[in-house]
Amino acid sequence: MITTSSTSPLDRPIEHVTEWVPICQVREVPHERGVAALVQGVQIAIFRTHDDAFFAVQQHDPFCGAMIISRSLVGTRNGRPCVTSPMYKQVFDLETGECLDAGDQTPVALRTWPVRVLGHELSIGIVASVTNDTVTGGRSR
Amino acid sequence: MTTSAPMAPKKLLIVGGGMVARRLVDAMRDRDSVGVWQITVLAEEPRAPYDRVALTTYFSGRSPEDLALGDQSVWEDHVVSLRRGVAARHVDRDARLVRGSDGHDYPYDAMVLATGSYAAKPPVPGNDLHGAFVYRTIDDVAELRQFVEDLRTRNPRRAPRGVVVGGGLLGLEAAGALNALAVETTVVEFADRLMPLQVDTGGGAALHRLITGLGVSVRTSTATAKVLGERGRVAGMQFADGEQVRADVVVFATGVRPRDDLARSADLGVGERGGVLVDSRCRTNDPAVWAIGEVACIDGRCWGIVAPGYAMAEVVADNLLGGDSTFPGADTATKLKLLGVDVASFGDAMSTDPNCLEVVVSDPVAGVYKKLVLSDDARTLLGGIFVGDASAYAGLRPMLGRPLPSDPVGYLAPASSGSVADLDLPDEAPVCSCNNVCAGTVRAAVSERHCTDVAAVKACTKAGTSCGSCLPLVKSLVSKELAKAGIELSTALCEHFALSRSELFDAVRVTELRTFTQIIERHGTGGRGCAICRPVIASILASLYNEHILGADRGTLQDTNDFAMANLQKDGSYSVVPRIPGGEITPEGLIAIGEVAQRFGLYTKITGGQRIDLFGARIDQLPEIWRLLIDAGFESGHAYGKSLRTVKSCVGSTWCRFGVQDSVALAIGLELRYRGLRSPHKLKLGVSGCARECAEARGKDVGIIATEQGWNLYVGGNGGFTPRHAQLFAEDLETPDLIRTIDRFLMFYVRTADRLQRTAAWIEEYDGGLEALRSVVLDDSLGIGADLDAAMARHVDSYQDEWAAALDDPQTLARFTSFVNAPQAHDESLAYVAERGQARPARPDERTSAVLIAGTTLGVRP
Repeated sequence: MITTSSTSPLDRPIEHVTEWVPICQVREVPHERGVAALVQGVQIAIFRTHDDAFFAVQQHDPFCGAMIISRSLVGTRNGRPCVTSPMYKQVFDLETGECLDAGDQTPVALRTWPVRVLGHELSIGIVASVTNDTVTGGRSR
Repeated sequence: MTTSAPMAPKKLLIVGGGMVARRLVDAMRDRDSVGVWQITVLAEEPRAPYDRVALTTYFSGRSPEDLALGDQSVWEDHVVSLRRGVAARHVDRDARLVRGSDGHDYPYDAMVLATGSYAAKPPVPGNDLHGAFVYRTIDDVAELRQFVEDLRTRNPRRAPRGVVVGGGLLGLEAAGALNALAVETTVVEFADRLMPLQVDTGGGAALHRLITGLGVSVRTSTATAKVLGERGRVAGMQFADGEQVRADVVVFATGVRPRDDLARSADLGVGERGGVLVDSRCRTNDPAVWAIGEVACIDGRCWGIVAPGYAMAEVVADNLLGGDSTFPGADTATKLKLLGVDVASFGDAMSTDPNCLEVVVSDPVAGVYKKLVLSDDARTLLGGIFVGDASAYAGLRPMLGRPLPSDPVGYLAPASSGSVADLDLPDEAPVCSCNNVCAGTVRAAVSERHCTDVAAVKACTKAGTSCGSCLPLVKSLVSKELAKAGIELSTALCEHFALSRSELFDAVRVTELRTFTQIIERHGTGGRGCAICRPVIASILASLYNEHILGADRGTLQDTNDFAMANLQKDGSYSVVPRIPGGEITPEGLIAIGEVAQRFGLYTKITGGQRIDLFGARIDQLPEIWRLLIDAGFESGHAYGKSLRTVKSCVGSTWCRFGVQDSVALAIGLELRYRGLRSPHKLKLGVSGCARECAEARGKDVGIIATEQGWNLYVGGNGGFTPRHAQLFAEDLETPDLIRTIDRFLMFYVRTADRLQRTAAWIEEYDGGLEALRSVVLDDSLGIGADLDAAMARHVDSYQDEWAAALDDPQTLARFTSFVNAPQAHDESLAYVAERGQARPARPDERTSAVLIAGTTLGVRP
């Protein structure tokens, strides 16, 4: 199973990825839950939805500062896959990182990374530098 | 230099601290937002104004604080000063000064007399014997209660006997109070029927039957001659016809007299039969002095009910602030529940209009009497009486003086066929007479001020916030108005479920679906759930089947606390709380917890629930911590769950000099019985070993207080944002009965409450309130008692320690990994500093400068 094709226009074009970092086996990411990964010193939250789509967003919760996004509940809002921060319940779009519900705060988006699944192996795409803020997100099926 | 000094506030002195005084304070504060008037209230009683109308509920377990009226924060308002326990002694009208019983002089620009009434004892011999009471204040009621309790101690083998003199509203309230204290009660009334001012002969007969049926004896057309005494105490009662009855206690409820002595000594005009004379603006013959409430004599008479007093308070507030409103006339409509019997009357209840017509339904078998008084063309409603079933009252009263839209007999039919929703009230029809709110105002709250539920309408209009008798009508108006706007009163859980939590609970129970996917596909509206519905379904499944919360697909439903089986703290670390049932712990247990805390550098604190919280554990440390705790004999405390937390106890009769029952043993038994029970919100219980209540059980969802005979059960207490005292649910239960009652109460709550609705709010919103819940739980009125018992038995039998089970399951343990690709690394963003000898999370400014005691390097941010 090679699944790197993009279906969404929001997906970052694949050629910008400079390196795919292998993270884990697909079975290590449970359905509708997240895991945390440490990629070149950066904490990343990886999620798998009900329909086996994988997403990677920052582990750092921009509202409270703690490294907890991987412990979010997974669900949908108006059909779009999203997660709800366990700390103060802000809702983020998994695909774009957009903050869909910031409560009474100013919305802050999560950074996203492209995810690739090759066979049973899941990798995160590094784009030039993981601290480059211009990178937007991706989705892998 | 300032150009102009702000005007000094004017001084309003309110003499009296009753319900009407409170209303005046509210009315002033509502309208006088800038504080033109500085308000001082002299209250003779040592407490803030309370709900005298609800005095009898003091006997069903409510405390004086529960009777407090309205929002108590008004007394903290900087322009309001309440002087508790200060009576006015003397008025100097020339100097505009009132001398208080505390020796202070209180100056005023305007004074409002709201001194109310006193309960008069008829001048019969023996009315001052020990055991002769009146029924007016909290102190009267507390003394009466104490007296009856002492009677029982003096002679435990015989129920005390009581006589209430007066069969009016107050008399029946007093009879209800004595009845609640298990006193054999006789009501004596001079007139030919009970409540002669409110009901006619037919209504009186129905009331007589209903009240006799409750075990209260009634004697009408009877005059009292004297109270018989023995050694200074009440021993009986002799009537005018010479007949005698034995009695240990006598309560006089023969009427009230206005407390106008202050006005008399200040040379203010008083009425022939007492009361301070006022004009239609409630002003006395001194333009700086006003009188309102029961002490005011307006249009030649005094009013002994609260609604006209409230109207007068509004009139005075308006006039003090430059308005010119006048007293609109008294609304004498009354609706009460006396001894559990509904009684209501309004308008020309006695059919005094010579041309009027009466429509009467009298059914002695069902115990109801209903009468409508109509104009001679049988169209316009002039008044009515309801005894036994007053459900039509709320809808009909606003129609007073208006033509009824359909056949009047229809409104007297039983049950809901004459329900309030069938009437299209005109906008100007009064809905809430306590707060003078008309139908149009309620409608506008929905249509113009965007209120979408009854609670919002109550807050916005004040309708239904005093006596609450109009709430069914308000509810009906609100839902009709919302429907008109195309909005249904939505009880939907979230975008994924159109059902409310209790509906979803029933749906899941009936369809026996066990996974989230099955449930959302069958009962949902599309999508894959969210942080609202997922935990609700997790809770429902746990309540129904009590399987491991992380088993099957249930792990995907748990919010982070349940998922980690620990409590998330602000820095992303967790806290751990082992169960310590009843707060009882061995020295070995304490040492084991201490050793775990030392080993992992955890901050420790004693919780409010008599156990120990260990803070600062990383998610990957939790299994190791729990392995040690379980080896030391501990189990999960479920501090992370919407579930039973703790059963707090005092040390009870085992050690305490005053304890009458073993509260610790009961608390441990209850905590072990209900541990792990998932519920709509957290649940806390408390057990006190005597009436001193050291376990603060009345602050709990379920509170148990030991008595000499057994246990008293209280329900619906909580701390939190809106603290509530639990209310008495059942008395003197033996332990097995107590446990069955709690089983049913908790299981019924688990099944029917809304998401995150605590027991207090659930009881309040349950149709029929605490009374209705009593009949479900104690009398099994819904026939579900056996089902609830079986559900609780299943829970108790299937309990397992979640943490012990998790440690035995490698798949569950894998969830406590720090990083899926680096399980040996851990979150280096966690940083701690020392404070008072323990660790605490470092503040942002300390992360770079302070001495960190853990997490020595900073995490790298993306």
